[in-house]
Amino acid sequence: MIRSEKLTRRFGDVTALDQTDVSIREHAITVIMGGSGSGKTTLLRLLAALDIPTSGSVWFDGDDLAQVSSKRLYELRARMGMVFQYSALLNSLNVYDNVAFPLHEHTKLDESVIRTVVSMKLEQVGLRGFEHLMPSELSGGMAKRVAFARALAMDPEVVFFDEPTSGLDPISAGVVTTLIHDLTQKTKMTSIVVTHDVQAGLAIADHVILLWQGKVIAEGTADEIRQSTDERVSQFIEGRPDGPIPFSRSTTPYIDDLLHSSGGVNS
Amino acid sequence: MSGELVVTHNWFVRVVGKLGRNVLGIVSWLGDMASITTSSLALIFAPPWQGRHVVLQLYALGVGSFIIIAITGAFTGMVLSLQGYYTLAKFGSESLLGSAVALSIIRELGPVLGALMLVGRAGSSITAEIGIMRVTEQLDALQMMAVNPRARIILPRIVAITIATPLLVSMFDIIGLGAGYVVGVEMLGVNAGAFTGEMVAKILPEDLYAGWVKAVVFGFLVGSVCTYMGYRAVPTTEGVAKATTQAVVIGSVGILMMDYILTSFFL
Ligand SMILES: Nc1ncnc2c1ncn2[C@@H]1O[C@H](COP(=O)(O)OP(=O)(O)O)[C@@H](O)[C@H]1O
Ligand SMILES: [Mg+2]
Repeated sequence: MIRSEKLTRRFGDVTALDQTDVSIREHAITVIMGGSGSGKTTLLRLLAALDIPTSGSVWFDGDDLAQVSSKRLYELRARMGMVFQYSALLNSLNVYDNVAFPLHEHTKLDESVIRTVVSMKLEQVGLRGFEHLMPSELSGGMAKRVAFARALAMDPEVVFFDEPTSGLDPISAGVVTTLIHDLTQKTKMTSIVVTHDVQAGLAIADHVILLWQGKVIAEGTADEIRQSTDERVSQFIEGRPDGPIPFSRSTTPYIDDLLHSSGGVNS
Repeated sequence: MSGELVVTHNWFVRVVGKLGRNVLGIVSWLGDMASITTSSLALIFAPPWQGRHVVLQLYALGVGSFIIIAITGAFTGMVLSLQGYYTLAKFGSESLLGSAVALSIIRELGPVLGALMLVGRAGSSITAEIGIMRVTEQLDALQMMAVNPRARIILPRIVAITIATPLLVSMFDIIGLGAGYVVGVEMLGVNAGAFTGEMVAKILPEDLYAGWVKAVVFGFLVGSVCTYMGYRAVPTTEGVAKATTQAVVIGSVGILMMDYILTSFFL
């Protein structure tokens, strides 16, 4: 249903994503993993049409997201939800109004119906009864779950998660990962999760995509990734500091820098 | 070719090059701002209707800026009266005080000082608010919920501040004239009839018109600069802080430059 084709995104001289082809499994959890700076967020934002590729395409069923009109994009967005890294709750609205926001915007439902839907969504993430709290009064884990409830409000087909566990304590992180797993099964939605958390990622993944320097270096089930013989893959999975993935991302040899620096900082 | 010539040449090229880059930078900055502002304003005719959000913003602006405008207006009228009396007394024409105070406030100081206060009070908070929405991905969250942030966030703020500025400036004028009257008549002993008579006789509809046109233009300028700076803020905490300072500086300088242009039109 979602597929990228030769997807490339450059920021100035940096190629964040290089000719990437990925295809997302329907009704399953695809986990995109990789070290920091490997292009995970860039890929996720492109798949969600929050960014425009330098070249290549993202296919959402029959539409190329890089080419569609903004009207069509808004239609397609009704079928997507996203849980952002820092939750991105609207800070002027309380929990209820945040979860109800998409319903208020895009449906003509009675407030009593909306109230029922919001209760239901909050119940699913275990936060019913917290409707009146403001985002500033929530812990990181709670905010993430409210964001999850909001993403589910319109019963989306696809939900994107950017680093769902980062910044959370281990228990909250566990709760959020379990929720992603259970709700994906229960609602038959398609989940796309970006994470650098190897254990959590492998635990819930139906399909893993491993990125390195903007390229896909491995793809498969969690077991296939664990058993990979690729040095780069096993280094990442085991979190070893030495191996083919360099510890330093410097592009010029150290000795050159030393020799040049005597002439001043500008070169 | 002598070494000196080469150095001069390089120096010349460097300066011209730098100047050219700066000019290009300013032009592209202005172009980008114009494009964000016009594309946001164009959405005024597109559904959904943002009237409710304009009213909410108007209310927030009015309540937030009322006190500061009243205080600045009062002190401006008082100082003008005091200073004007001192000058006019030298020529024995204290009776002209009413018109001197009124003309300065209505044509010049009301719009300029009022707008400068609004950049500091309302404009800076608009930039900071939108910048924070950028950092915390709230603008992206709106996109994902198929709500256009240009229509929902930028448009209502520009419209509201463009409407609010002439209203607040009129209030500045009235309070300034009242305070000028108190100082001139009650404290300095200028004849009450002469003060108000002169004032009413010398203020022409053109003067009121000039003041209001200035206020509308300044309001629009503050609205577009401050929303733009927030929208394009570098998405970090320092980025937002810097954008807020820049918005106030650019807005203030813009008001003074625009004031010169408008004054030369109206004279
Ligand atoms: N908006 C941006 N401007 C400039 N460079 C960026 C931007 N976003 C990402 N990059 C660069 O692209 C590369 C990949 O970034 P990202 O996708 O955020 O990686 P990850 O999420 O895997 O940590 C990094 O080198 C990063 O510095
Ligand atoms: Mg990232």
